[in-house]
Amino acid sequence: MSSATVAAAVLPNRRLAGTSPRSRAWGRFKRHRLAMFGSGVILVLVFAVIFGPMILPFDPLHIDLRHRFAPPPGNGHLFGTDQLGRDLLVRLLMAGRISLTIGFMAMVVSTLIGTSVGVTAGYYGGLVGTVLMRIVDAVLCFPSVFLLLALAAFIKPSILTITLIIAATGWMEVARVVQAQIKALRHRDFILAAEMLGASGRYVMTRELLPNAAGPIIVAATLTVARAILAEAYVSFLGYGIQAPTASWGNMLNNAQQYLNSAPWLAIFPGLMITLAVTSFNFIGDGLRDALDARMDLT
Amino acid sequence: MSIMALTPPPIPRDGPLLRVDRLRQWFSSGGFMSPRLTVRAVEDVTFEIGRGEILGLVGESGSGKSTLGRAVLRVTDLTDGRVVFDGQDVSTLSKRQLRPLRARMQMIFQDPFASLNPRMTVGQIVGAPLRIQNPGISRSEVEARVGDALRTVGLADSHAERYPHEFSGGQRQRIGIARAFVLAPDFLVADEPVSALDVSIQAQVVNLLMEIKRKLDLTILFISHDLAVVGHVCDRVAVMYLGRIVEIADTRTLFRNPRHPYTEALFSAVPVADPSRRRQRILLKGDLPSPLAPPSGCAFRTRCRYAIPACAEAVPPLAHIGGGHQKACIRDDLALQPAC
Ligand SMILES: Nc1ncnc2c1ncn2[C@@H]1O[C@H](COP(=O)(O)OP(=O)(O)OP(=O)(O)O)[C@@H](O)[C@H]1O
Ligand code: SF4
Ligand SMILES: [Mg+2]
Repeated sequence: MSSATVAAAVLPNRRLAGTSPRSRAWGRFKRHRLAMFGSGVILVLVFAVIFGPMILPFDPLHIDLRHRFAPPPGNGHLFGTDQLGRDLLVRLLMAGRISLTIGFMAMVVSTLIGTSVGVTAGYYGGLVGTVLMRIVDAVLCFPSVFLLLALAAFIKPSILTITLIIAATGWMEVARVVQAQIKALRHRDFILAAEMLGASGRYVMTRELLPNAAGPIIVAATLTVARAILAEAYVSFLGYGIQAPTASWGNMLNNAQQYLNSAPWLAIFPGLMITLAVTSFNFIGDGLRDALDARMDLT
Repeated sequence: MSIMALTPPPIPRDGPLLRVDRLRQWFSSGGFMSPRLTVRAVEDVTFEIGRGEILGLVGESGSGKSTLGRAVLRVTDLTDGRVVFDGQDVSTLSKRQLRPLRARMQMIFQDPFASLNPRMTVGQIVGAPLRIQNPGISRSEVEARVGDALRTVGLADSHAERYPHEFSGGQRQRIGIARAFVLAPDFLVADEPVSALDVSIQAQVVNLLMEIKRKLDLTILFISHDLAVVGHVCDRVAVMYLGRIVEIADTRTLFRNPRHPYTEALFSAVPVADPSRRRQRILLKGDLPSPLAPPSGCAFRTRCRYAIPACAEAVPPLAHIGGGHQKACIRDDLALQPAC
């Protein structure tokens, strides 16, 4: 028992009526400017990607050889056209659907894997924990780009397989964060209290421990989206990812390489989209890290 | 519905509620590459607690009180020895086999901040025992019984929706007490239940505990280092030193006529209000020896002012000296200072 907790114990009833940990976290998040900016950008991006292609009067696959390489903003093509005369904006939005979908799905899969591994390792500790965390370390040691490309070279690329490949290289960070958090909470008295009641391991892990790791999990998941979007861009840029004519931000960049001098906008816009999405998710992650800082609630 | 109504009719049985027989609880660390170290946190402990009795457990920090409390509740796997609860040997029961017994034995923790899950509402915390023990229980019944329990400990029904951080230390401890009593147990381990609280609210919480004890006819193992509280609430007191019980007697006998030098030293460290009766303070020399390498013979001999060479030879057994008084000291010729 530290003197700080003793001091806190004798303070008069600090009643913060009706403030759940969640509403206090939201209060802290709102004060984080970059995170609010990032959230705004992502919101706009998601809406644009969903509704933009329906509104814009262009077909992303429509080839119009007379209007090739129209520089922006020209002929109603706000972002210009590509080497086949296709509208770049609508293609960017269609590509955004693919890239963001892969980003989110890869995040969900790697968070599920990482959380399961982390909770199991943190709760059981001992041999089980050591073996699991050694596996995490081993996978982490492997350069992830190499792993990504090695896997992509052998597996036929599709949205699903690319998602799974990215998830397979991205769950370790979540596992580490979760394991550390669970291990720190494992021997708290409230866990002992649950065990004293005959609670099963599953109950303790899912009901008692997991909610206390929600903060770090959400933060890691947000950063994982950024990482996954970047990974997709990387793989597709190198030609192992999403294949033409389906557009993703990565393969649009790949395609733009040949025209860097003559039509730089073909590279600039997809590059900007990737940067915007990735930095926004990173900002949100930072904001969430501050907002959900476990120390603020765990006394 | 009061908490009384939840109490199952007492089954009249003979014998003590809890019997502990040559209990050992060791912790090993190291292993494969590093040298294996063994902490003998509880070593060869034997005692009983009668039905409805409060047994105090005192001793310096690190003497193994909490470990003993957890071992008798079978939180840990015992290294050796037996724990018999209400006639049933629970020493080797598995987690699953222990589950139905869990409703009958509960614990109150020292730290009111670490013992409540910060992500759960008070209602979820106090309701958890009911849900875990009877998975089919209805929501309304949980709510009703949680409300009862909260009112019994001096809180309101409406507190069920709040989170632990909204409460003061004393209120949190009341929540912990409500959780321990919602299943109406028979046996309770209270591990320093008030030592983290402000002195002004300690008495309130102790009184609440005693009130509930009377209602439920509880048996309590009351761990504390506050001899004043122990003297006030306990029927009998056991003194622990370096993993062993060195003296045990009913409270009045122990305070008036301590027979182990360590007990005398503990008493002398307590300040006396009345200056005309000032005692000689016996300072304990040095620190508690490491439980990794306890001294040979009597473990207290490195700090005992009455030690003689024979004390190093064998561990003095906890011997009966009449009237249920037991002590583990080879010297019978000592005139020790009482506590009062
Ligand atoms: N899980 C464990 N692993 C290793 N050693 C332990 C463990 N639990 C307790 N110990 C050791 O056992 C000894 C007794 O500890 P215990 O917590 O039971 O003492 P205590 O009398 O309750 O002290 P306090 O008054 O500080 O609460 C200490 O030396 C402690 O370091
Ligand atoms: S046996 Fe010896 S060392 Fe131990 S308490 Fe008695 S006199 Fe002191
Ligand atoms: Mg203790």
